[in-house]
Amino acid sequence: MNISNQEYGELAKRISPPSAMYKTIPMAFVIGGGICVIGELLLNLYQMAGMDMEQAGMLTSMSLIFLSALFTGLKLYDRLAQHAGAGTLVPITGFANSVVSPALEFKSEGYVLGLGAKMFVIAGPVLVYGISASIIYGLIYYCFKTFGG
Amino acid sequence: MDMFMEYVWAFLVGGLLCAIGQVLIDLTKLTPARILTSYVVAGVVLGAIGVYEPIVNFAGGGATVPLTGFGYLLAKGVREAVDSNGILGAFMGGFTNAAVGISAAIFFGLIAALIFKSGSKINET
Amino acid sequence: MGMCEGKTFKFSNASVTSFAAVVGKVEGEGPYGSEFDEVIEDNKGGTDTWEQAEAGLQKKSLQYAMEKAELESGKMDIIFAGDLLNQCTGSSYGLKEFYIPFVGIYGACSTFAEGLLLAASMVNAGYVENAAAVTSSHFSSAERQFRFPLNYGGVRTPTAQWTATASGAAIIDASQRPPFIRAATVGKIQDMGITDLNNMGAAMAGAAYDTITRHMKHMGTHPENYDLIITGDLGQVGSDMMYELFKRDGVSLEGRHKDCGLMIYDRDKQDVHAGGSGCGCSASMMCAYFLKKVRRGELKRILYTATGALMSPTMVQQGGSIPGIAHAVEITSE
Repeated sequence: MNISNQEYGELAKRISPPSAMYKTIPMAFVIGGGICVIGELLLNLYQMAGMDMEQAGMLTSMSLIFLSALFTGLKLYDRLAQHAGAGTLVPITGFANSVVSPALEFKSEGYVLGLGAKMFVIAGPVLVYGISASIIYGLIYYCFKTFGG
Repeated sequence: MDMFMEYVWAFLVGGLLCAIGQVLIDLTKLTPARILTSYVVAGVVLGAIGVYEPIVNFAGGGATVPLTGFGYLLAKGVREAVDSNGILGAFMGGFTNAAVGISAAIFFGLIAALIFKSGSKINET
Repeated sequence: MGMCEGKTFKFSNASVTSFAAVVGKVEGEGPYGSEFDEVIEDNKGGTDTWEQAEAGLQKKSLQYAMEKAELESGKMDIIFAGDLLNQCTGSSYGLKEFYIPFVGIYGACSTFAEGLLLAASMVNAGYVENAAAVTSSHFSSAERQFRFPLNYGGVRTPTAQWTATASGAAIIDASQRPPFIRAATVGKIQDMGITDLNNMGAAMAGAAYDTITRHMKHMGTHPENYDLIITGDLGQVGSDMMYELFKRDGVSLEGRHKDCGLMIYDRDKQDVHAGGSGCGCSASMMCAYFLKKVRRGELKRILYTATGALMSPTMVQQGGSIPGIAHAVEITSE
């Protein structure tokens, strides 16, 4: 070879086209913001229907997750995601999509070892680190309350 | 008018959180799973130090719908559970508050997987 | 590196007697859609799973090639076949019903050139009367094995390539009918230290440069001696990198280079980012387009260099880099 790996890496970096951030960031902003507005709308609707804030919040999450599961099944969520990028990834609907899509995909390997076992193949780390972080916070909070005065 | 501004703020704050995610993807090559994980953990931390609560009060769905809101919910659940159950609460609160979201994802995921078939992206089908 | 020059094999008795390609719907809608022997409208090919669909592609392309050569299974001496899936699933399940002696091979997207040069070697040496080379790839089976579930909203970066749903099959014998396989150079594994899973073109460009350079040196040729130098699936990024490497040696491929990954799709209309890839990409383009042109004498001498990224998802997760490889096969009309 007429080039060192280091030089080659620099060449690769120079030649590889960067993401078109002037397009990706506004799209993520608009579509992500849009999903949040739908959330806000549902939240208000449920409150108008007489629920308290907490119930309405939970029902909103549930509704968004339902919609995401439906759109994933209809093969529309990944199409939207091609344009939205992080706009469909960051909202709770993105979490639901990451649970539903492997379940759908690996159904062909069986209901238990495929669908069931692979369901959290992408979303698993979110729960592992999210729940663990909350436990650590709980322990710290408890120590402060008990010993910190 | 107040009602309208509520939606504007939800849009702006939610959009901003997503745009930050997009910047991370474009500049750092973080994989989507890592972004999701970081957002939830960030939500727990921000919830714990009390920064996220005011954002939720202000932006509503703009703060609760993104995954940082899920993290905030975990932190809030843990704090309430520790208040009423002591140290055991640290191991209860997270799942208590996340119960609806996780259960819904599992159940709707199962139903969707039973009904639909996986299909190819964008160019195909 | 540079210690062992390797060898270029020369053949006097290896002719591509028949060839055929079967592709999926998106490839069928591409610029060369009408050249393929069959376009599968349903990407599951009437089966239940993507893996079965891919196996079906190989079965079909070999069937077409055998029909064209008027050969039956009993008259076939050996097959060299491979694909991208674990355990070469597409090949072993697709070709099991033929009962032809079978050699499974793996060279990632370089597999078709690997198959051609092995088949040509066997025929030229006189061990067999005929030998087939078959490869395939399928967008969906590759996606679920290497990336994410199909319906997951993961974002593809601009350097990512699109695995072609395609299969190509060629049968080599000593029939003295063009195209002829005249020479071949086996590639060396070149690890250029690229770690980005979404930039396979960059991982392979070094290998393409190395193999083509060695081949031309051994043959005493220059780019001008070839009507075309055809690479497998370097894509836009990989092709540009390869030009840079040649430029350092003062060699220009200007106007003589074509990349199958850049040809199989209409990149302006089809959202495939840096171009097509996969074992079936260059196999189908060779079998549907280039070999036809050589047979008709429209191309007199081509150098087909299929490139492969020998990527292991496990190694990449462990922080390892992606080695590349490229095999060159020289094909002539006389």
